[in-house]
Amino acid sequence: MAIVYQKSKGLTDVEFHYCPGCTHGIVHKLVAETLEELNILDNAVGVAPVGCSVFAYNYFNCDMQGAAHGRAPAVATGIKRVLPEHVVFTYQGDGDLAAIGTAEIVHAAMRGEKFTTIFINNAIYGMTGGQMAPTTLVGQRATTAPLGREREHYGSPIRMSEMLATIDGAAYIERVTVTTPANIIKAKRAIKKAFQLQIEGKGFTMIEVLSTCPTNWGLTPVEALEWVKEKMGPFFPLGVFRDITAEEAK
Amino acid sequence: MAKELWKGNEAIAEAAIRAGCRCYFGYPITPQSEIPEYMSLHMPKVGGIFLQSESEVAAINMVYGASGAGARVMTSSSSPGVSLKQEGISYICSAELPAVIVNVMRGGPGLGTIQPAQGDYFQATRGGGHGDYRVIVFAPANIQEVVDLMQDSFELADKYRMPVMMIMDGMIGQMMEPVEWKKPAVKLEDLPAKPWATTGTKGMRAPNVINSLFIDPNASNDHNMRLHAKYQHIIANEQRYETAETEDAELIFVAFGTPARLARAAARLLEEEGIKAGVFRPITIWPYPYDALYEAAAQDSVKAVVTVEMNTGQMIDDVRIAVRGCKPVSFVGQAGGRVPTPQEVAAAARLALGR
Repeated sequence: MAIVYQKSKGLTDVEFHYCPGCTHGIVHKLVAETLEELNILDNAVGVAPVGCSVFAYNYFNCDMQGAAHGRAPAVATGIKRVLPEHVVFTYQGDGDLAAIGTAEIVHAAMRGEKFTTIFINNAIYGMTGGQMAPTTLVGQRATTAPLGREREHYGSPIRMSEMLATIDGAAYIERVTVTTPANIIKAKRAIKKAFQLQIEGKGFTMIEVLSTCPTNWGLTPVEALEWVKEKMGPFFPLGVFRDITAEEAK
Repeated sequence: MAKELWKGNEAIAEAAIRAGCRCYFGYPITPQSEIPEYMSLHMPKVGGIFLQSESEVAAINMVYGASGAGARVMTSSSSPGVSLKQEGISYICSAELPAVIVNVMRGGPGLGTIQPAQGDYFQATRGGGHGDYRVIVFAPANIQEVVDLMQDSFELADKYRMPVMMIMDGMIGQMMEPVEWKKPAVKLEDLPAKPWATTGTKGMRAPNVINSLFIDPNASNDHNMRLHAKYQHIIANEQRYETAETEDAELIFVAFGTPARLARAAARLLEEEGIKAGVFRPITIWPYPYDALYEAAAQDSVKAVVTVEMNTGQMIDDVRIAVRGCKPVSFVGQAGGRVPTPQEVAAAARLALGR
C-alpha cells in the first residue's frame, strides 16, 4: 500500500497542547515539513518563545532552546553567530515579538541576522488568558480591554511585517494565513522560501502568519477562521512586503 | 615573563581572549567601555565573535544562545547595565549554561555616578534576578588578580555549567598596573566537550533542549533541589580568601576589592600607633568564606572586626553571619562614588577599639 500522507519527521511524537481550532498546529506542521524537505533537521536549531508556543521545544524534532519572553531573536543571534553554517529559526507570537521583544526583532533585522522568524499573529495574548496585544484590533474585546480596544487610549495595532520591511537587513518578509487549504499551500511556500534564503545567506527572513485563537476570541473554530478573513484581513493584508531576490532580479 | 603595564578594562578583555573566550556580546557603559572596545579590535584577530548589542538585555540573551551553542562566551557591563542583565542571568542559571559576566561597578542607585563603588554586592551575591539561584562571584583587588582569575572563571563556569561573575569597583577597571601573564593561553582544542549543546543532531542523537521551564511543580522542585545541591557543593569546595597579618591581630578589617588595599594602608597607620591590625579579604564573595573568617575573628587576640566597603554596608551582613556574634562588628565606608581614605578607615578602627 502506498503511503500518501504521514506526519513529518520534523515533529516529535509529543501531543500538542493547543486548543481545538487553534492554527498553531498547522504552522508547526508546515515548519516541520520544510525542515524535513530541505534536509536540514539534523542541522537546525530552533528557539521557542514565551506564550502559547512556549512548549515548541517539545514538538520540533531538532535541537531547541527556550528563550525568555521576547528575547528569541537575541538568543537566535547568539546561536547563529556561533554556528553560521546551521539553520536557525525563532517561533514567536505577537506578545513576544510585537510587544516585549520589539527591540530584539528590529535589531536582529537591522543586523541582517541570517535566521528565520515565524511570527504568529492572532491579535491577542493566548497563554495568559486573552489580554490585549499590540496587534489587537480597534474595538476587539480582550480581558484587559473589556469594552474593546479604544484608539484614543491604546492607538491602532502595529503592523510588524510592514515595519520590518523598511529595514535594509531584512531579506524576505511575507504575511500569510492558514485559513483555507489554498492559503496553507501559500504559507508553506513562503516558509520554505524564507528558510531557503537563510541557507543562501541573504539576511533576515520573517513569515507572519495570521492565526486563530477561538478560545480567547469566544468563537467556534469555524467562526474563528471567518474572523481572520473578515476582521484581521483588512487591517493586516496578506502579501510579500520585502523580497531582495525580486529586487536583485530587476 | 616580564611585567607589562595594562589598563584594568583592557586587561580583562585580553585575559578573556587568552582564556579561550571567542564570543563577546556587550553594550557601552562607563566605566567599562574599554572592554567592548578592546574586544571589537582584538576578537576578530583570533577568529572570535564581537557583537555590540542593542541593549544589555539583548547582550545577555545573546550570551544565552551562544553558550547554548557551545561557545566560551562573556559579557561585561557596569552596575545599571548589570541590573538589565539580571533577567537573562536567572535564565542562564536555570538552563545551566556556562558564561562569564564582568561588572565594573559604579555608584548607584539609579543612574548614580560613573565613579567607582561597590553597591552591587547584594545583587551579585544573592542571585540578583528572580528565583532561587546563585552565581560564583570573584572580587579581585588588583589587575594582576583579575588576569589570574579569568581562566579560573571560565573553567568553573564550564565545570558547574553556571555563570561566574567577576565584580570590581570602577577603580580597578580604570587604573593601570603591572601585569604578568603567568598562565599560557588556553588552546581551544583543550576545552571540554559540551555534549549538551544545541549544535544540531547531525542525525547522531536525540535533539538537545536548553530550557528553563519546568511547568510540573514536582519537576520544578526537583530542578531547584538539584541546583541547590550544586550550590552546596560549590560552597564546600570553591571558597577563596586571603589574609594579611591577621594572626594574633587586635583588630581585623574585612574588605573586598579596592577597600582591601585601603585597609592595608590603614593597618600600617595603626601599626605606627602600636595597634596590630590584619586584613581578611574574601576573593569569592559567593561562596563566602564564613568559616575562615570566623576562625580569624574568634582568636583571643581579636577585640573588634571592622568591615570596609564602598557602599553603605552590604558585605557587613555576611561578616556578621561569619563572626556569629563572637566579636563586635562595625562598618566604615563611603558610597555613591566616594572612596574612603586610609585615615578614615584607621579612625573607624580606633573607635571600634575604644581608643
